[in-house]
Amino acid sequence: MSVVETQHAAKTLMDHLPVLQVVIPLISAPLIVLLGNRKLAFAIAFAASATAFIIASLLLAQVTDGSVISYHIGGWAPPLGIEYRIDALSALVLMLISGIATVVLPYAYTSIKFEIPKRHHTLFYALYMLCLTGLLGMVATGDAFNVFVFLEISSLSTYVLVAMGAKKDARALTAAYDYLIMGTIGATFFVIGLGLLYMATGTLNMADLAGRIADQGANRTVQAAFTFIVVGMSLKAAMYPLHHWLPNAYTYAPSAVTTFLAATATKAAIYVLLRFMFSVFNPAFHFEDWTLYLIFIPFALLAMFAASFVAVFQTNLKRMLAFSSIAQIGYMLLGIAMLNATGLSASIVYLVNHGITKATLFMGTGAMVMYSGSAFFDNLNGLGRKMPLTGAAMVAGGLSLIGVPGTAGFISKWVLVQAAFENGWWIIAVLIMLSSLLAVIYVWRMFEVLYLTAPDEDCTATDPPLPILIPMLILAGACIWFGFDTELTLGSARVAADGLLAGSAGLIVE
Amino acid sequence: MHHHLILRVVTKMLVGTIILFAFYVQFHGDFSPGGGFQAGVIMAVAFIIYGIVFGLQKAKQVFPEWLVHKLVALGVLIYAATGVASLLLGYNFLDYGAFNPGHPIYGQHWGIFAVELGVGITVTGVMVAIYYAFAGRPPPMKDEDW
Amino acid sequence: MINWDFIVGHLNYWLFIILMMTGLYIVVARGNLVKKIVGLNIFQTSVFMFYISIGKVTGGTAPIYPVNRQGDIEYDPTIIYSNPLPHVLILTAIVVGIATTSLALALIIRIREEYDTIEEEDILRIEREMSAQDNKEHGSAMGGRA
Repeated sequence: MSVVETQHAAKTLMDHLPVLQVVIPLISAPLIVLLGNRKLAFAIAFAASATAFIIASLLLAQVTDGSVISYHIGGWAPPLGIEYRIDALSALVLMLISGIATVVLPYAYTSIKFEIPKRHHTLFYALYMLCLTGLLGMVATGDAFNVFVFLEISSLSTYVLVAMGAKKDARALTAAYDYLIMGTIGATFFVIGLGLLYMATGTLNMADLAGRIADQGANRTVQAAFTFIVVGMSLKAAMYPLHHWLPNAYTYAPSAVTTFLAATATKAAIYVLLRFMFSVFNPAFHFEDWTLYLIFIPFALLAMFAASFVAVFQTNLKRMLAFSSIAQIGYMLLGIAMLNATGLSASIVYLVNHGITKATLFMGTGAMVMYSGSAFFDNLNGLGRKMPLTGAAMVAGGLSLIGVPGTAGFISKWVLVQAAFENGWWIIAVLIMLSSLLAVIYVWRMFEVLYLTAPDEDCTATDPPLPILIPMLILAGACIWFGFDTELTLGSARVAADGLLAGSAGLIVE
Repeated sequence: MHHHLILRVVTKMLVGTIILFAFYVQFHGDFSPGGGFQAGVIMAVAFIIYGIVFGLQKAKQVFPEWLVHKLVALGVLIYAATGVASLLLGYNFLDYGAFNPGHPIYGQHWGIFAVELGVGITVTGVMVAIYYAFAGRPPPMKDEDW
Repeated sequence: MINWDFIVGHLNYWLFIILMMTGLYIVVARGNLVKKIVGLNIFQTSVFMFYISIGKVTGGTAPIYPVNRQGDIEYDPTIIYSNPLPHVLILTAIVVGIATTSLALALIIRIREEYDTIEEEDILRIEREMSAQDNKEHGSAMGGRA
């Protein structure tokens, strides 16, 4: 803002979309607390997240041609001011996050009645909206420190949401505590990295950072910053050896929370990782391709096999799905590490498709747990037959998790294998298929329990009420739909990958 | 703690002064070091010290728990509403120039005033809420048993 | 040959790293949940100190422009100012730190109510028994905790 008085051109609502994306959920959270009414809280939360979803779709429509929207908070121009920066990648992830949040809310309205004490319901919605704000903010912002602030907003609300599972199982508390320690260490590592970057470059705007890092090349400060940022974000993304917080947090959190987190939280962290690896640091930065080849690929492969293997031996369906999530994150990291456009678009499309798939599965599990009382396999015997529509949704999700042709999961794995062949890494392509076989085993165990065992004689389970059924079927439909119509997912992912590889988030550095 | 006469008298004298000082730090923040964060904590201290000396029940009579929780939300809402107001006036989010288009510096003044007020209210609320939450839980076992 | 200039010239980094490692070690090595949080705090504080130390400009003073009697800014290019931005960033990080700490302590209180202990070993033992129980009830064939 200069002191010189300039004629101001009034802006329209469309110009404000990038900030409204974050601000609408942000306003809804205190509003919910102020009004303090449970039914009203749900209405506000649902309206806010649905609006966020509409905004994200509008944004995506604006950037599918590879353009970039830049919004200056407070009218202060970047690099000094904080900038919100939307390109195809961020718009796609925004759409995933807000879409899942909208779909999960009606489900949450019914399911939390069983899982959370009544007096906490309004706070649940407030925290849910705060978590959504944080995740959306992480993705929308173009300012590196702002990422940290939003990361912490989402993390802190997540810890509380996980701990709300304590009514059912006290282990939710220790799970939340573990997550808090790990998450805080991760976020602090991220801040150390930012501090080092700031020291080396004197700026925090991502696009500006990219230009200045490119100018000065690699030096030890920048390398240290890169390491800290990657380790910190990998912790939040539950990259294989840093995944310890995830299984317990997903298992013991209320099922609505698990559904939301599994589909969004780690995905937002992967988004930040992508952003920093490709938009801020350059892939040509030698340190980075070593990191990718020597650290990401081995750990990604380990995740794919070890975590899938552990998933096969679980007795609890929720826990099994949690381990499968860790394995799936391995695939996404593998796509990043391939360092070509196909690999990146595979990663991005994997991120979206897996988000939808896992949301379906966790939602179905949650619906069954409402009748069975627990997610242990022996309590779920034959429930697929008793609850035909829920079972069908679980089957769609399960097939998509394996990657059967005709489902969303197939598209992502197919592009990933293509990318591996493009690099001539046929061993990796074979390993991807082999690890999918492990997925077949654990998904088969689920089908076996749901359909091939006899239900208890006094089992009264039926399909859940509509507020649960409709979101679940929408998600299951999406699992199939995105297996055939790849225009939205793969199309945007390709634009996003090109944008990432072109350098600094669309910024031209001469 | 009813036998600590000196403490009680001194606290009664201090609480008002602390609140006054909090307001000073809050509203003089744009001319001297201060602002919402500091003022909020100072304000909260007034209630916390009252609670420590006169007991939690008395403090909750003065500043009931439900009010504390509403204040936390209210502050955030003031902050966000400031941003939305500038947005509705046709400027960018949180562009304080919107509040006085003829003279953006005065606009900044009002914008920061509103935002800091929001911050101050929220910080007061949060600090007191944390104190209530921790002080309000009955200890599950006696001190000697640790 | 020891390069003293290097060691003394980077004093703030040495201190930052020592503090950071101390904090991280406490988080990993202590079994008491509260002590872990203390360690986490030291770890975070080390980062705050790191940020603040890089904001210092040699010979710099507080970044407030001098104002004359009329209230206009008198810009003096000979004065060197320290960089205020890291301080602002750290103000945010401190607030986050407070939120994290109070949330962690609240969790610890709840954990103690449920488990009657805040020692990690005891909690792990109780949880192992719980999952052993789960496994016994729900078909023990399939492993346990991974």
